[in-house]
Amino acid sequence: MSGLYKVSVTVNGQAYEREVEPRLLLSDFLRHDLGLTGTHVGCEHGVCGACTVLFDGEPVRSCILLAVQADGHAVTTVEALSPNPDQLHPLQQAFWESHGLQCGFCTPGFLMTLLPFLEENADPSEEEIRHAISGNLCRCTGYQHIVDAVKLAAERRRESDG
Amino acid sequence: MKPAPFEYQAPASLDAALDILAHRVGDIGEAKVLAGGQSLIPVMNFRLAEPALLVDINKLAELDFIRRGDDGGLRIGALTRQRRLERDLSVAEVAPLLHETMPFIAHPQIRNRGTLGGSLAHADPAAELPAIAVALRARFRLRKAGGERWVDAADFFRGLFTTLLEPDEILVEVAIPPLPARTGWAFLEIARRHGDYAQVGIAALVTLDDAGRCREARLVYLSAGDRPIVAREAARLLAGQEISPQAITAAADKASRDEMEPFGDVHATAEFKRHLARVLTGRALRKAAERAERTKGRAA
Repeated sequence: MSGLYKVSVTVNGQAYEREVEPRLLLSDFLRHDLGLTGTHVGCEHGVCGACTVLFDGEPVRSCILLAVQADGHAVTTVEALSPNPDQLHPLQQAFWESHGLQCGFCTPGFLMTLLPFLEENADPSEEEIRHAISGNLCRCTGYQHIVDAVKLAAERRRESDG
Repeated sequence: MKPAPFEYQAPASLDAALDILAHRVGDIGEAKVLAGGQSLIPVMNFRLAEPALLVDINKLAELDFIRRGDDGGLRIGALTRQRRLERDLSVAEVAPLLHETMPFIAHPQIRNRGTLGGSLAHADPAAELPAIAVALRARFRLRKAGGERWVDAADFFRGLFTTLLEPDEILVEVAIPPLPARTGWAFLEIARRHGDYAQVGIAALVTLDDAGRCREARLVYLSAGDRPIVAREAARLLAGQEISPQAITAAADKASRDEMEPFGDVHATAEFKRHLARVLTGRALRKAAERAERTKGRAA
């Protein structure tokens, strides 16, 4: 008998409280309990990176974290990126313009992986970008356009900061 | 729901966690300690593991530390995240082999959650940290309710995913001694993609004597058997020798031919892994010897 456990978690700045089974994965908690379906689940064993979210600001795979482990923590999902439905986040805009996606399934994971990467790397080299996305699988676009998108996003970020 | 049902406890202190293990283990079947969960949760998602009780130790801040030991080495708490090890300056200074290896471990998303103790206790022979711990002659502190023991890393790993840990014990701390003077290091691995499990990997340490000959070498392999593989005979061949091309070849041949038992898989046959190990041994020994040479001026 596994019982229910209370989880108090802040997701995208909003506080939630839910009672969940301990075996509920954070990815499923976000999607099913909170209705935040932007976080995608691919392999569900920590390989593909589609479910990447920020956990206290650091990218993690939400499919190999238990929802109960998020108790008292802050989670950021792809839903937090765009300021409003008519405007994309600059990183999303760069993906759009560089054709950094086709089916888009893997895209939320890429975005959430790259967000903190760009915070730490203002002018990343292609090698650094490829290293950064090595934990995210894309099966239809290939990686070249994604790399282009990251370069574009970094460039615009430098311009707006400078 | 991917994992099978289990009872969940997240104690607030190490003593409480040890008490849970001591009192409950026999009653309810398998209990697992949950640290970073980067290996355990995937196998639970596959239902290859169906523990009856999960003891989540992530609230035990007392197990999250990196500090200098009295011997000048390092004392690292088992719950220390791999990402912290990667970025910590004292690790870079005192255990450069460990520092250099960290980026090879999976991906940043994994290292943000994965812990030192979790990887060691999981004892995957393809993982980097067990081999590094053995290479560095680390010692592990194992606690249980009312007791503790220290064990050598080399004795801790008993086989595939198997360690000396008793069901009521938790690996709580890792002690890494300082490197001897004039010691160089190298970590190399071959993987199909960065972050994948290595087809084979090596951690090498070379200590030179005053005449520039090898005082001691240590060669430890991952993905070369059912646990971290120490090539003792190959190291013996190098002792007292100059690190010459001939000596390197002899050691690489010995280690790859006689001292490992790699498993073949779909990407690499056992024979190919021996070949990789042989090549990597040469590269690692050269790199480690060069670094040892450069530490000449440094005081012991």
